[in-house]
Amino acid sequence: MQSDDDGTKLSLRIPAPARGEHPPDRVRYISRAGEMHKPALDEKVERIALMRKQLVRVIDDDGQAVGDWVPDLTVDEKVRGLRDMMLTRAFDARLLRAHRQGKTSFYMQSLGEEAIACAQQRALRPGDMHFPTYRQQGLLISSGYPLVDMMNQVLSNEFDPLHGRQLPVMYSAKSHGFFSISGNLATQYIQAVGWAMASALSGGTELASAWIGEGATAESDFHAALVFASTYQAPVILNIVNNHWAISTPEDFARGASATFADRGYGFSIPALRVDGNDYLAVYAASQWAAERARTNLGPTLIEWITLRVGAHSTSDDPSVYRPPDETERFPLGDPVERLRRHLESIGEWNDERHESLQAEVDTQIADAFAEADAHGSVKTGDVGSARTLFDDVYAEVPRHLREQRERMEEST
Amino acid sequence: MTAMTMIEAIRDAHVVAMERDDKVVVFGEDVGYFGGVFRCTQGLQERFGDHRCFDSPISEAGIVGAAVGMAAYGLRPCVEIQFADYMYPAYDQIVSEAARLRHRSAGDFTAPLVVRMPTGGGIYGGQTHSQSPEALFTHVAGLKTIVVSNPYDAKGLLIAAIEDDDPVVFLEPKRVYNGPFDGHHDRPIVPWSKHPLGEVPDGHYTIDIGSARIHRAGDEVTVLAYGTLVHVAQAAADEQGIDAEIIDLRTLVPLDVDSIVASVRKTGRCLVVHEATLTSGFGAELCATVQERCLFELEAPIVRVCGWDTPYPHAHEWSYFPGPARVGRAMRDVVSQ
Repeated sequence: MQSDDDGTKLSLRIPAPARGEHPPDRVRYISRAGEMHKPALDEKVERIALMRKQLVRVIDDDGQAVGDWVPDLTVDEKVRGLRDMMLTRAFDARLLRAHRQGKTSFYMQSLGEEAIACAQQRALRPGDMHFPTYRQQGLLISSGYPLVDMMNQVLSNEFDPLHGRQLPVMYSAKSHGFFSISGNLATQYIQAVGWAMASALSGGTELASAWIGEGATAESDFHAALVFASTYQAPVILNIVNNHWAISTPEDFARGASATFADRGYGFSIPALRVDGNDYLAVYAASQWAAERARTNLGPTLIEWITLRVGAHSTSDDPSVYRPPDETERFPLGDPVERLRRHLESIGEWNDERHESLQAEVDTQIADAFAEADAHGSVKTGDVGSARTLFDDVYAEVPRHLREQRERMEEST
Repeated sequence: MTAMTMIEAIRDAHVVAMERDDKVVVFGEDVGYFGGVFRCTQGLQERFGDHRCFDSPISEAGIVGAAVGMAAYGLRPCVEIQFADYMYPAYDQIVSEAARLRHRSAGDFTAPLVVRMPTGGGIYGGQTHSQSPEALFTHVAGLKTIVVSNPYDAKGLLIAAIEDDDPVVFLEPKRVYNGPFDGHHDRPIVPWSKHPLGEVPDGHYTIDIGSARIHRAGDEVTVLAYGTLVHVAQAAADEQGIDAEIIDLRTLVPLDVDSIVASVRKTGRCLVVHEATLTSGFGAELCATVQERCLFELEAPIVRVCGWDTPYPHAHEWSYFPGPARVGRAMRDVVSQ
């Protein structure tokens, strides 16, 4: 058989990480604030197809809210949003310091992406269930979950609601619509779809909201979730938080050659939006739109939130090794707190004095909560609850073999 | 009482559980309209509607993952994996999620679900339709693992599993779906209708999860078995004329240690049989348990007869399968020592 072999060796495209030199094209197809049309809830997926390439933005560079995505929020609600984000940021800063003080084993902050969790929490209703990743502490904080309980868990002390069983940031709060966090990536995505299916099967009214980082969309459970959500038209919001970094791996490795993450929705006929995740008003509006679609049995919506992980992946990470030093400054969508602040200023409802006053109030609230939690000690000081509870909750009732093992543990300690 | 196959008993268990509790939902590949490739869910969709029993995409991770979410919501999903061999994509959802949800959330969320899977060989299914993965589940804290051997147990244990508040892996040896099998591939399966164990009570009953059953009482040697091997052990004992006490474990976790210990103390000898591969199989756990609790009452070393440490072969499955010849020889050896 004749060969057409011309000697060309095959090669692969290996996406290049920034390695501290050249930031990749961070925000593709960036749109102007107000540019994006807001479609009807039941618009055909083909007709909103381009939204998966562009970007829903509301707050412009001057702080003005423009376009038909402007949400119907009162000034008080906007100030509350600003407060939620500032509280989340202050919480992170204090707990990060607690790690540096040797009071906790581990921490993960959400610096730079506070708007997404805080605004979506406010756009959904009590009874809805979020299936978060480890970077949505803003969901809990903006829902009013007790800060001291969160801090007790981070410190793993005697009052840790999860009895020292989980990593410090892997909260669980059914009462606040916050599903228990797993360390295994993407598993919660299909669970959220199942939860939403159960709500519909039961004739319920509650939605599920699935959360994932852009890197974890490479996991197969993400794809299983999209198949199920699309097949059964489940009442679920499918969030992809694109903060550009999966530890040191840039988004390029999970995204595919030239796609957006929102493109993943199109193949399943799931309406998909890309949204400026550092724009509190855009996040609120898009979340509200997706929630209304779900509540009226129009099925799932996929949203890619564009943001930037300003901090390290975790306290075990050193981002200076792999990312450009000026990346935050060059990020075109700015800082979510500053943008909402500027918006409130632009409508004459905010000024430096009020901002400083709110910052002082938030700082005091965090300091007081931390003082209370810290008084209970931490895993580092050995002030943890009884190890006896290790054997609880493995099963509904403690079976014989675990009773025996618990006795053996107690005999030996 | 009605004479039933194990398939019919499993179907009946679904009906009873679904009638008693409208939170029970059944789904999986082909289980809805078609009634499952083994027909265990036949008629459920017609009877309970397509919101109680429905087909799913061919995605095992999706099936179990969705079931975890449903269970967390408050439903009681009972899902089918078409063959146990296909559960590997769902393994993470079973072991990292369903098994640990209660513990990691301190009881905030729970996952009361059942994952049913046809297991074992003897149907010329080759290496991808013949596996016995029970040890992959028994090693995991937070799961309960059941292997059934007859229609009565299958119905009572499946209802118990669906009503249980913990995640349960429910393994159904397909070689005994239609009748007890004595391990001789060239003989017909004895239909359950001609077998006393095929009699199944009508309506609701449960069997305690964690209770073993003395399948055949005897004094010479204790045989610890489950699933298909219960029947093979009986054939071997009958053929060898050995007065073996065969214990059908039924539940591997939690294990009925008391029944095992009582029997081994009585007979002084122990043979462990299963179809799964030998190394690190559940038989190793059984041997260790007997050794820890009965060493000084043993009159002979504990012996294991299991599948070989190879993948399950298509054309040579009757060489792989621990049939009555291998089990009988081991039984004789243990008794003669």
